[in-house]
Amino acid sequence: MFGIIDNIKKFYFTRGSIHPKQNKRTAPIMVFPGPNPEKVTIPLLQHTGATCEPLVEVGDRVLVGQKIGDSEAYVSAPVHSSVSGEVSGIINYPHPTGRDVLSIQIVSDGMNELSPDIKPPGDPFEMTPEEIRRAIREAGIVGLGGAAFPTHVKLAPPPEKPISTLIINGAECEPYLTADHRLMIERSEDIIRGALIIKRVLGAEGVIIAIEGNKRDAIQRMREAGQNEGIHVVALPTRYPMGAEKTLIRTLTGREVPSGGLPSDVGVVVNNVGTAAAICEFFKKGMPLVERIVTVCGDGVAGNANLRVKIGTLVKDIIDFCGGYVGKKGKLILGGPMMGLAQYTDTIPVIKGTSGILVLRYENLFVKEPAHFTCIRCGRCVRHCPMNLMPFAIGMYADVGIWDKLEQYNVNDCIECGCCAYVCPTKNPLVQLMKVGKEGLARRKKKIEELEKAVSGE
Amino acid sequence: MGNKAVAERQKKFDSKARISEELFHIGVSPHIRDRDTTTKIMGWVIIALIPLTAYSIYIGGLSTFIVIVSSLVGAVGCEYVLQRLMHKPVTINDLSAALTGLLLALTLPPRLPFWMPLIGGAVAIALGKQVFGGLGHNIFNPALVGRAFLFISWSKYMTTSYLDKPLAWVVNTSTIKSINAVTSATPLFAMSEVRKGALDIQASKYYLPLFFGNPWGCIGEVSAALIILGLIVLFAKRLIDWRIPVCYVGTVMLLSLIKGTDPIFSALAGGLLLGACFMATDYVTNPMTPWGKVIFAVGCGIVTVVIRFYSHLPEGVMFSILFMNGVTPVIDRFIKPRPYGVSKGGAKA
Repeated sequence: MFGIIDNIKKFYFTRGSIHPKQNKRTAPIMVFPGPNPEKVTIPLLQHTGATCEPLVEVGDRVLVGQKIGDSEAYVSAPVHSSVSGEVSGIINYPHPTGRDVLSIQIVSDGMNELSPDIKPPGDPFEMTPEEIRRAIREAGIVGLGGAAFPTHVKLAPPPEKPISTLIINGAECEPYLTADHRLMIERSEDIIRGALIIKRVLGAEGVIIAIEGNKRDAIQRMREAGQNEGIHVVALPTRYPMGAEKTLIRTLTGREVPSGGLPSDVGVVVNNVGTAAAICEFFKKGMPLVERIVTVCGDGVAGNANLRVKIGTLVKDIIDFCGGYVGKKGKLILGGPMMGLAQYTDTIPVIKGTSGILVLRYENLFVKEPAHFTCIRCGRCVRHCPMNLMPFAIGMYADVGIWDKLEQYNVNDCIECGCCAYVCPTKNPLVQLMKVGKEGLARRKKKIEELEKAVSGE
Repeated sequence: MGNKAVAERQKKFDSKARISEELFHIGVSPHIRDRDTTTKIMGWVIIALIPLTAYSIYIGGLSTFIVIVSSLVGAVGCEYVLQRLMHKPVTINDLSAALTGLLLALTLPPRLPFWMPLIGGAVAIALGKQVFGGLGHNIFNPALVGRAFLFISWSKYMTTSYLDKPLAWVVNTSTIKSINAVTSATPLFAMSEVRKGALDIQASKYYLPLFFGNPWGCIGEVSAALIILGLIVLFAKRLIDWRIPVCYVGTVMLLSLIKGTDPIFSALAGGLLLGACFMATDYVTNPMTPWGKVIFAVGCGIVTVVIRFYSHLPEGVMFSILFMNGVTPVIDRFIKPRPYGVSKGGAKA
């Protein structure tokens, strides 16, 4: 099985993907410790799932690694303090996703005193999978690739779906971002160990570490680190969106996740390299997830670097640490340029899912566009869609609001990777139309359900 | 669209933003875009056609030049006037009207009176494109609509205004002289005479002239080699899908072989190559999906052969493409790619 995988050639996956300019300027630079902020703002929602309840009150003294928020819900992950100091406020605060989220503000005392609770939870290879999962939940570990799905949920697939393959995702296909790349070079042993822990929890047969072919040094390091552990390191073709879960599974295993299903339906679980490293770190030192590596990049910021940033640090502090802005303010993007979220202000905190801070200059924002977005039916969006959808048709129907048609065109399978909008020669905002379409379809379905209920209730 | 227009957009954007100095700009992802635009694509297709156009002017001289220029003026002028009249933004800068005009000229005989391509260009834009709502909304290839209009209105001009005395030769051999005996007959016409028994010429004698310099026929039929050069440019820039030209020409060759005609001659003669490379591949009027394109191209091939062999017209490329343009919406409705994670029957796997 793995012999075939090793032979994946670059041309294998050229359809349904794009190759944007890489701009991975920070790849050769070591990861730096980030700023020591005077004040951190830690949102109680940093993951996909339920918002946590605050466990501390204003005026309390908290220490590094102390749990400050938790939730009863299964799909949720606790949050921990990343500094030691005094809680100065529990307020609704702007959040990278655009809403205001209840956040805990802590004024740092600069001591970074560790909480006494921090101790290694024991040897993971002697614990039962259930104990490991519970420990991972307590550490607040979520997927560090961007979506921030709670890892303990991901590591608990239904028992009737055995997991054959664990994929550790080091593709990092987004341009500009190099956080995972540096992590793989500097902490390759940790990633391997983390992968083995995950493998044990899942009972998976094989582990594949998938890295895009443009990171030769990382592939080399990971192969060296993993050679005695039976871990396969595979060089992927350098195409975007290679690191998207579904395309990754298709490229590596030839299997397709059913529409509306999960990777576990085809016996696969995908985890980010950052997640694996965080799990290893936790079992080594007992340190919960309180900091992460963030790529600061773009032509609008003076210094480009990879920083180990405390969660809750404001983007403003990080930019100041990197030398401030250059030129006229353009876009501030959390994440990569293809799927990242543009922010209107820099007073938002870094959260667990923030893989990059990208600042684009004002002059580079405006592409030369035609007077109006008329589709010329060139078919590029169809050719480049990794999900084999027909984005032009979905965009057309979403634009005029014919929601029923959208279901026929499988709008809900769209992963919003942005390939269609990237290649569109008329610069049609296709991703936006996809989002509009998904929401419109959901609204309409809900309405139909309500109407049916009302009719049957009579 | 130049830098001035970009600056204007920025200004407009600024006036809308409340505190643009304080806040960042927001927008939906992706935040980077490919540099290709509609104008660039149209420009590259025109560039791909330039060698062919230049060579046809070299062979045909002033009359060819006049036909090309008046067709361009007709198309671009009509687009400008109509868009001004309808109070719409004028989009002649996107070069699509110019491309239509050039393509129309290449399908016309070189000795037409100047007013005819002028009308043809205007009709191509007016009836072929603007009545449907402009670029991207038309059902039929505008250039071919213009040609069909001229063909039906002045069919005598359209079938006889070929060069009587070409200015230049590239393949000046005895072959040319022997073919030249049947003056002013297009190769396809000559071959249909052969099939009737009225003439006796071997089809293979036409290979070289058709490939490098064929003065008997429409402006764009002067050289198959230059059409293929243009095709290579389109492929190199990844502007068109290989399926349409290959399947179209392949179908015609195969069916011609079955009918007992020289397949290479069938591929080179008439407007087939020009039609297959530059007309059938028009984005707006062919299906979006790979398999849809195959069906479209094979359909074009079948209709072309049917018209060539079973009708009184010697050539059928124009009507076959127009016919399949009409079928395109149906193809697009039924031929869809299988989405990821959905089994072949359409049910969720």
